Amino acid sequence: MTIVEQIITSFIASAAFVIIFNGPKRSLFHCGLVGMIGWMFYFLLETNGVDMVLATVIASFTIAIASQYFAKKYKTPVIIYSVAGIIPLVPGGIAYNAMRSFVENDYNLAINLAAKAFMISGSIAIGLVFSEVINQIIRKSKLKTIVNKTH
Amino acid sequence: MEMAKQETYDIMAVCLLAGKIMLQSGAETYRVEDTMMRIASSFGAYQSHPYVTPTGILFSVEGNEPTKTKLIRIVERTTDLEKVAQVNGISRRISAGEFTIEEAYKELKKIGESGSPYSLWIHVLAAAVSSGCFLIMFQGEWRDFFPAFITGGLGFLSLLYFHQLVPIKFFSEFSASLLIGLQALFFVSTGIGGELDKIIIGSVMPLVPGLLITNAVRDLMAGHLISGLAKGADAFLTAFAIGAGIAVIFSFF
Repeated sequence: MTIVEQIITSFIASAAFVIIFNGPKRSLFHCGLVGMIGWMFYFLLETNGVDMVLATVIASFTIAIASQYFAKKYKTPVIIYSVAGIIPLVPGGIAYNAMRSFVENDYNLAINLAAKAFMISGSIAIGLVFSEVINQIIRKSKLKTIVNKTH
Repeated sequence: MEMAKQETYDIMAVCLLAGKIMLQSGAETYRVEDTMMRIASSFGAYQSHPYVTPTGILFSVEGNEPTKTKLIRIVERTTDLEKVAQVNGISRRISAGEFTIEEAYKELKKIGESGSPYSLWIHVLAAAVSSGCFLIMFQGEWRDFFPAFITGGLGFLSLLYFHQLVPIKFFSEFSASLLIGLQALFFVSTGIGGELDKIIIGSVMPLVPGLLITNAVRDLMAGHLISGLAKGADAFLTAFAIGAGIAVIFSFF
């Protein structure tokens, strides 16, 4: 039940975000799909005891691959899809709790949470970059095979 | 000679307009530079050097005549992914040789002047719906869906309103998150809402600078250090404004 709930809400939330960012109407469905895939990876890993940071890396990696696939297929900028996917992973909850602890003078907990939020933001970035690197490697290796054939 | 000179200026005008629209709509720096260079080379200006920062574009074209350089200032930045996609499409068609310089300029001008594809109320509704959905995604209860829906929608509407009132980003974000905190407090104290934290986190999500964070990272990794740092600072400031707004609520209640 919770999984169905999560699938539906993550799809709607990601698509709604693209509307806020004035995304193209024809890519709304695909953006929702990207967001849903990313969130489901994160959610399933996280609820099964995988560390939050690692779960975020894997989820953002998946999002980046899915976005690149859609961007190639529909010839649209990749950012439209990746933004929709990334939004649910942004550590809003942790950053909020960190802020709350700061205000309540619980600095130990606050720094703790802030560091965690920073780590998660960093892991989102790492996931994105990883997939970019792999994408470039694939593209370059393809180019080489073409060059070899023509010679 | 005079003709060639004029043509170079025309090419530069098209490139700068395309770059300006993309940058104002929230495209990544490398995409803006790439698009400008592509357009320039498909019109015959093979040596061009765009230098793009979040607040201005420097563009220089080399040719047989002395090098020409232009600078434009970017003041207002919004998020309009539709325009990024449209300019991208135009650039593809220019590369395919479908447009003359004048036609391209006219098409770009049309895109630049076009408004948002969605009306204000659709935006607010989208913010409200996504707030409610985020609440569920962060393991909130269904009875908090309605409070988060209202809080998120009104919070986003107030962000747009305050931004119109005082065009300082920090102020509008701070006030919007303050209002979100107040509304969440109201819902919880009247017993309509259950968990204060979850409602606030869900409703704050439409204000979160997700696009800026992604762009900052991509720019940094692509070697656009100045743009990356500037966008990162922008994202941090937004996050700080949101946090400060909520913090005020907590320090009073």
